[in-house]
Amino acid sequence: MSFFEVNNLNVSYGAIKAVKGISFQVNQGEIVSLIGANGAGKTTTLHTISGLLHPNEGTIQFAGKDITKSAPSQIVTNGISQVPEGRHVFSGLSVMENLQMGAFLRHDSDGLQADYEKVFSHFPVLKERKNQDAATLSGGEQQMLAMGRALMAHPKLLLLDEPSMGLAPLFIKEIFGIIQQIQSEGTTILLIEQNARKALSIADRGYVLETGKITMTGRGRDLLNDSAIKKAYLGG
Amino acid sequence: MKRNLREQFIWLLIAFGGWLIIDLLTFGGVINSFMLTIITMIEINVILAVSLNLILGISGQFSLGHAGFMAIGAYASAIITQSLPTIWGFFLSIIVGIVISSFIALIEGIPTLRLRGDYLAIATLGVSEIIRITINNLEITNGPKGIYNLPQFSNWSLVYIVACIVTLIIVNLIHSKTGRAILAVRDNEIAASAVGVNPTKYKVIAFTVGAAGASLAGSLYANYIQSVTPGDFTFMQSISVLIMVVLGGVGSITGSVLAAVVLGVVDTVLQNYGALRMVLYSLILIIFMLFRPAGFLGNWEFSVKRFFTKQKSSRENKS
Repeated sequence: MSFFEVNNLNVSYGAIKAVKGISFQVNQGEIVSLIGANGAGKTTTLHTISGLLHPNEGTIQFAGKDITKSAPSQIVTNGISQVPEGRHVFSGLSVMENLQMGAFLRHDSDGLQADYEKVFSHFPVLKERKNQDAATLSGGEQQMLAMGRALMAHPKLLLLDEPSMGLAPLFIKEIFGIIQQIQSEGTTILLIEQNARKALSIADRGYVLETGKITMTGRGRDLLNDSAIKKAYLGG
Repeated sequence: MKRNLREQFIWLLIAFGGWLIIDLLTFGGVINSFMLTIITMIEINVILAVSLNLILGISGQFSLGHAGFMAIGAYASAIITQSLPTIWGFFLSIIVGIVISSFIALIEGIPTLRLRGDYLAIATLGVSEIIRITINNLEITNGPKGIYNLPQFSNWSLVYIVACIVTLIIVNLIHSKTGRAILAVRDNEIAASAVGVNPTKYKVIAFTVGAAGASLAGSLYANYIQSVTPGDFTFMQSISVLIMVVLGGVGSITGSVLAAVVLGVVDTVLQNYGALRMVLYSLILIIFMLFRPAGFLGNWEFSVKRFFTKQKSSRENKS
């Protein structure tokens, strides 16, 4: 069994089926990208993994445990942490307080200190702005804060929902560099992206999601060179 | 996170200073009994406004049901102190009121706090009206006639102390880990869930603590005014507390205290204008909201710590 495995997942909003029987795996230490257009069911899949939505059918297994019916807090404690789409930072709280919220369920103060240092080494700008209201950060800095906050839970599997959304190219490059750094330190990553070229170029493996179904899968590099994908997602 | 002990101490010192000033002015005859009544009503309004601000400003839930919880506290005290007219009976009645209010808030909150904005406002308004109408029709509450000739156990000094304690408890709650989770849920429910905070749980905590505050204010009110009728707790009472919170600045506890004081004074001054009173009062509110929609203080808080370290904080009012 794989490190992380989704089997025959079905999720619907009332009568509308958003995810129709998808299955995929993530192996320990990998970056796996799930790419697809708007409305393909990417965010729905991620929210279901995090326990924010409940599937009608299918199972989600993580590190040998069935987490399909677990509460969101249990899933975080188990080691899956999500960076929600569109820079969901706590705008009334300071940068430091945002990071503290990331460690909300932790009680090991020694490990915490080390993790703060680690987050600040990935994102030095957050250290400079420690006491600033999170709402006053730029878009890219907010994305970094959301990532730093997720890392404060000390996840084994990090779920990233469109980290490039609405960011300047320079920031996108920086963020993707940091994602690779986080992977190299031993965190497994499931990346959800519309920016297919970027997502596939750093991914070990990729899945293509179309209107709720997985239509293609392969190594990141192979998908990047696939003619059908080139046509549909990479602009010819 | 533990707040600075020195800071807490200075707060208590300031609070004691305020008490001493009122006490000395009363002793010296500057404050007469009419003014003392107004001061007490202001103090009760401080408790109501601060506790509603915990629900409205800190946890971001639009509740219009504060009068209902106030009614529970008031009637609990009225009924118990009638048959047990001692100061201990009064304290017991306060606790009974808080327990009943918290219980109802819990039962009400678990299903309704999943609702948002206007829907939640209507649901809380509904529960508050159910409470009032139930009181209106029960034997034990003496129906629409209400209960009269209650012993007067609360006075300005007791209410002052309770108002300070309630404010201190709520401010400390906001600065605790629980408080930060409540703020996180208000700012972004999805992100809060993503870090493992259960949104409903923390909304219910804020709602229940707020309801307990309203009940406490109701108890103090009943045994100060010495009578209670269901008519005291219509939804206009909820609205008048809401006005204080909005006027002071949603999310600013300092603002709620200030607004309760300012509105109390304005209301008293306007009593000289008879029929024009409510017109002028409303006009003042409208003009104020036009020019300062964020309330007196926005979300700014007075902080002893900042006052002493003279540090500029990012939380300071941006406007």
